[in-house]
Amino acid sequence: MKLVIHMMAALTIIGVISGALLSEINSWAAPKIEANRKAETERAIFVVQENATQYEKIENVDFELYEVFDDNKTSLGYVLPYEGNGFQGKIRLIVGINKELSNLYGLEVLEQVETPGLGSKVTETNFTNQFKDLLISPEIIPVKGVSPQNPNEIQAITGATISSKAVVRIINEGVKRLKETNNNIKR
Amino acid sequence: MSNKVSLSREYLKGLWENNPIFKQVLGMCPTLAVTVSAINGIAMALATTFVLVFSSLIVSLIRKLIPAQVRIASYILIIATFVTIVDLVMKAQFPELSKSLGPYIPLIVVNCIILGRQEAFASKNTPFRSVLDALGMGSGFLLALFVLGSIREILGTRTILGLQVMPDFYEPWLIMILPAGAFLTLGLLMGFSNAYADHKKKMNKASTIQEYLLAKAALKTQQES
Repeated sequence: MKLVIHMMAALTIIGVISGALLSEINSWAAPKIEANRKAETERAIFVVQENATQYEKIENVDFELYEVFDDNKTSLGYVLPYEGNGFQGKIRLIVGINKELSNLYGLEVLEQVETPGLGSKVTETNFTNQFKDLLISPEIIPVKGVSPQNPNEIQAITGATISSKAVVRIINEGVKRLKETNNNIKR
Repeated sequence: MSNKVSLSREYLKGLWENNPIFKQVLGMCPTLAVTVSAINGIAMALATTFVLVFSSLIVSLIRKLIPAQVRIASYILIIATFVTIVDLVMKAQFPELSKSLGPYIPLIVVNCIILGRQEAFASKNTPFRSVLDALGMGSGFLLALFVLGSIREILGTRTILGLQVMPDFYEPWLIMILPAGAFLTLGLLMGFSNAYADHKKKMNKASTIQEYLLAKAALKTQQES
């Protein structure tokens, strides 16, 4: 019986001290982590919407969406972070879309765990530059082997077709969702 | 019992003769997974060393207060606390590094180097010796991960720590930054280090025999004269 109490006391004391310590550290780290995430999104917003100087989060939709403006507060379009499954894991990307929801301004891949050297090429400018001014209606189509013929086509990366298609699929899904809720965001 | 071992020995044993990677073959998961670049290897090893040193210190300090039946549970609690601290601090201060190491930082909790040292060393030795031992094992881990990461980074992406060292005409071996490259490099390094250790042992043996023969001959001539 004495042993049982001793065992319980030892584990309880360690647990309490560890919990107290961690909550202390977490209260220091949490705002910084939040700030890092915000800074990263902010940086990406101005990459995919080059002409924008300010942005505003749109609150009345059930996904993350930003509206961007120039110096005179004229709306330039939207920035949409979206994520979906890639070849090996989640791909998180962000796209800039014009006000009419007809063309993309740019694409930036924020997080990916694709095969290094193959699928990871979706983050490189050779691939992402194809999305500049790309037509997004009806939807983006990835083509293989040949150069893109139509304004809504992009060339898939050789050896990383699945990753390329995944990026396109994620954008298409995001855009579709944005179009469906488009009426709600008009204020 | 451990007082026979000198303090410097306590630190140095982790670097080479008891190296956690090449000799004990512990902690293979982070070793194979994160060493795609030298910087990742360094960061992983430093994070592990931090956890190892502080866990060893605490475990060694309270080793007489913990009932033997719950010692493993206590070690894990202590280790997990320090791992969470590292994880939070890295996310707050080095978000890029934290992202490239991904889930392997939280997984330090189950790194067997750490639990192994608590059970095999810190729970039986004084705090000072435990910290030395932990630092030694951490340095050995750092050495192994840095060498592994450098080789894979040089051959796989032409760079080391982000600086280009291989000429442009050198075509990067993609396999080196894929999991297969980790196994190949680690296997070859382990082979070389074992071959070297064997060679040294043989040399030692040969020189001991030589010395013995010389001493015997000298004794003989002494007796004859």
